[in-house]
Amino acid sequence: MPAVQETVEQVRSIDVDQYKYGFETLIETERAPKGLSEDIVRFISAKKDEPAWMLEWRLDAYRRWLTMEEPTWARVDYPKIPYDELYYYAAPKAFVAPKSLDDVDPEILKTYEKLGIPLREQEILAGVQRPEGASRVAVDAVFDSVSVATTFKEELKKAGVIFMPISEAVREHPELVRKYLGSVVPVTDNFFATLNSAVFSDGSFVYVPPGVRCPMELSTYFRINERNTGQFERTLIIADKGSYVSYLEGCTAPRRDENQLHAAVVELIALDDAEIKYSTVQNWYPGDSEGRGGIYNFVTKRGDCRGARSKISWTQVETGSAITWKYPSCILRGDGSRGEFYSIAISNGRQQVDSGTKMIHLGKNTTSRIISKGIAAGRSDNTYRGLVSAHRKATGARNFTNCDSLLIGSHCGAHTVPYIEAKNASAVFEHEATTSKISEDMLFYCMQRGLSEEEAVALVVNGFVKDVLQHLPMEFAVEAQKLISISLEGSVG
Amino acid sequence: MSLLEIKNLQVSVEDDRQILRGVNLTVNPGEVHAIMGPNGSGKSTLAHVLSGKDGYAVTGGEVLLDGADLLAMEPDERAAAGLFLAFQYPMEIPGVATMTFLRTAMNAQRKKRGEAELSTPEFMKRVREEAAKLSIDPEMLRRPVNVGFSGGEKKRNEVLQMALLQPKLAVLDETDSGLDIDALKIAAEGVNRLRSPERGMIVITHYQRLLDHIVPDIVHVFFNGRIVRTGGKELAHELEAKGYADYEQEVAA
Ligand SMILES: Nc1ncnc2c1ncn2[C@@H]1O[C@H](COP(=O)(O)OP(=O)(O)O)[C@@H](O)[C@H]1O
Ligand SMILES: [Mg+2]
Repeated sequence: MPAVQETVEQVRSIDVDQYKYGFETLIETERAPKGLSEDIVRFISAKKDEPAWMLEWRLDAYRRWLTMEEPTWARVDYPKIPYDELYYYAAPKAFVAPKSLDDVDPEILKTYEKLGIPLREQEILAGVQRPEGASRVAVDAVFDSVSVATTFKEELKKAGVIFMPISEAVREHPELVRKYLGSVVPVTDNFFATLNSAVFSDGSFVYVPPGVRCPMELSTYFRINERNTGQFERTLIIADKGSYVSYLEGCTAPRRDENQLHAAVVELIALDDAEIKYSTVQNWYPGDSEGRGGIYNFVTKRGDCRGARSKISWTQVETGSAITWKYPSCILRGDGSRGEFYSIAISNGRQQVDSGTKMIHLGKNTTSRIISKGIAAGRSDNTYRGLVSAHRKATGARNFTNCDSLLIGSHCGAHTVPYIEAKNASAVFEHEATTSKISEDMLFYCMQRGLSEEEAVALVVNGFVKDVLQHLPMEFAVEAQKLISISLEGSVG
Repeated sequence: MSLLEIKNLQVSVEDDRQILRGVNLTVNPGEVHAIMGPNGSGKSTLAHVLSGKDGYAVTGGEVLLDGADLLAMEPDERAAAGLFLAFQYPMEIPGVATMTFLRTAMNAQRKKRGEAELSTPEFMKRVREEAAKLSIDPEMLRRPVNVGFSGGEKKRNEVLQMALLQPKLAVLDETDSGLDIDALKIAAEGVNRLRSPERGMIVITHYQRLLDHIVPDIVHVFFNGRIVRTGGKELAHELEAKGYADYEQEVAA
């Protein structure tokens, strides 16, 4: 209830077309030369002080990428990306991995402060910015291509949890990285994933040892700041037998007239009885109402329920980006494993969203659940694309899919493209889908009771997405709710 | 000063069809007016235009609420100014708990009037009290607004909202339709509790039956887009006995 109230206030206090994270941080950066070549790949690898095997892995990917074509099957439309005009590496100048937050450029810290990210452990510990009783959150902050700070490192270490920038993990835990990197999303998986494998800059690495319940939420904030710079994060999370971890990812970028490319890869591995909960609040700059600027978001996210009775759950709130191309998926390999996908995807202005999930049932008695809520407003297009498949050996596979679309206004589009493949006769797949429009009568009813039109839309939309919001960690749910209202600003009337 | 003044109100719908043909009505604080008229005569149209619903063109006349130009206000401003409409067909809002809706509405109005928001305990106390008076099960308040409610529950929910929002002027559009006699009594008692020397009410109905329970001070006969006759509560009984046939002849003549 108070969250709805806050949403309402938020809506009132913000101007139309206002992306509040659209500021730029003025710091000196060092960039790799423009364009992409083997030399650039070597440059990136050298900057990160990587071992030879990592460089080879990247070069391999780069060579494969040269032979690949950009996919065109998604319902998105954008001008050709000039891969040779982009910068593939940017880092704050004179960047040496900071030993403590005091070594981090104060301008960057200011940026994170503006974004409301509590980087300073002492502040978090003192509870300065957190509501009473809220859990503490360990944060890894990635600015352009490099990770600037990871908080709570010591406390996590005590629990045996490894949470660090992946560039550090490559050096400090090569055995784990080598074993798991590319084991869920193979180097050659798709055009964007392969590109990422060649040039990935940084991202987070998490390893939770057997039987450990990670003592706090882990979180990464990604910020693109540099102009014409692609961002290619790589995240790798391994939950060893019987462990549990909850991870949240947030992202923002300055407003710019030109488009910026973002192509991340996220790999999750859950071993026997382990559980990974991965939540995303994606708020990259969406471009202006005429479709100028905004992030092109081509992301490959996949989780492998490798062990028996393991569980992976994706929750996403997608409000930003000019183009979203994203299908967080689960491979249900272990017997009795479970995959979940909860999604709210909002498009407004000229945004194009093509998003969904794949649930690949390989093991026996595997279950999956998909709840997708698409909201289209303005002149946007919003497509749900999903695949549920059961392998021949996946006896007793079960899926439940619920896919709802809500249209605001009459210039937007919502599309649902579900694929179902059951190669096992015992598989039970259920699919529900609805498309509705926010009706004038419904809004009028709310307005007659004293709500402004925007408050009425916020209320109706919050009702529509409630089933998904409740899967987000509490404090992020409030944040997400605000974000939803802000992104629907000016969508009616 | 009168609470509501409707002067020569003329309203058309999109295809230029005139629905209201010069409505005149004055409601003073403390008065309960009944508007009775056959189906399609424009009663709901009047209620909708008063509350600012889209899709109607006011082609003439004016409406003052407490002396202020009502037609110049947005629907939510009219609500905050004290106008309440109990809908003939209340809308369903999936996923939004009735409790949340009530609180959002109350606070939205308070805020617009520059008043402080209600605290949670205070809000809960008021809702529980008012719901109990209307025999509303607290469980109903946890369900999404009007979703799966019976006809009676929907109408009681309207009266509950009216009780919580404490309007200056309440317009009740066929609050009796679809109710059995017990439900009708509960709703009518709810409305009667809200009668006060400061508050005005317009009770729109099609049948005289409701007026046995909410006894009006003044009765208007509404026909073909205007008020054709005004009288005391006995007029309702006369209509019950004779129907609208006389008026039909008048119009035809
Ligand atoms: N939005 C609208 N568009 C077109 N016609 C309308 C609209 N609203 C009402 N009408 C018409 O206006 C007339 C009066 O309707 P209404 O006000 O609902 O009458 P009542 O409530 O007295 O039964 C009817 O003929 C109805 O069809
Ligand atoms: Mg009517």
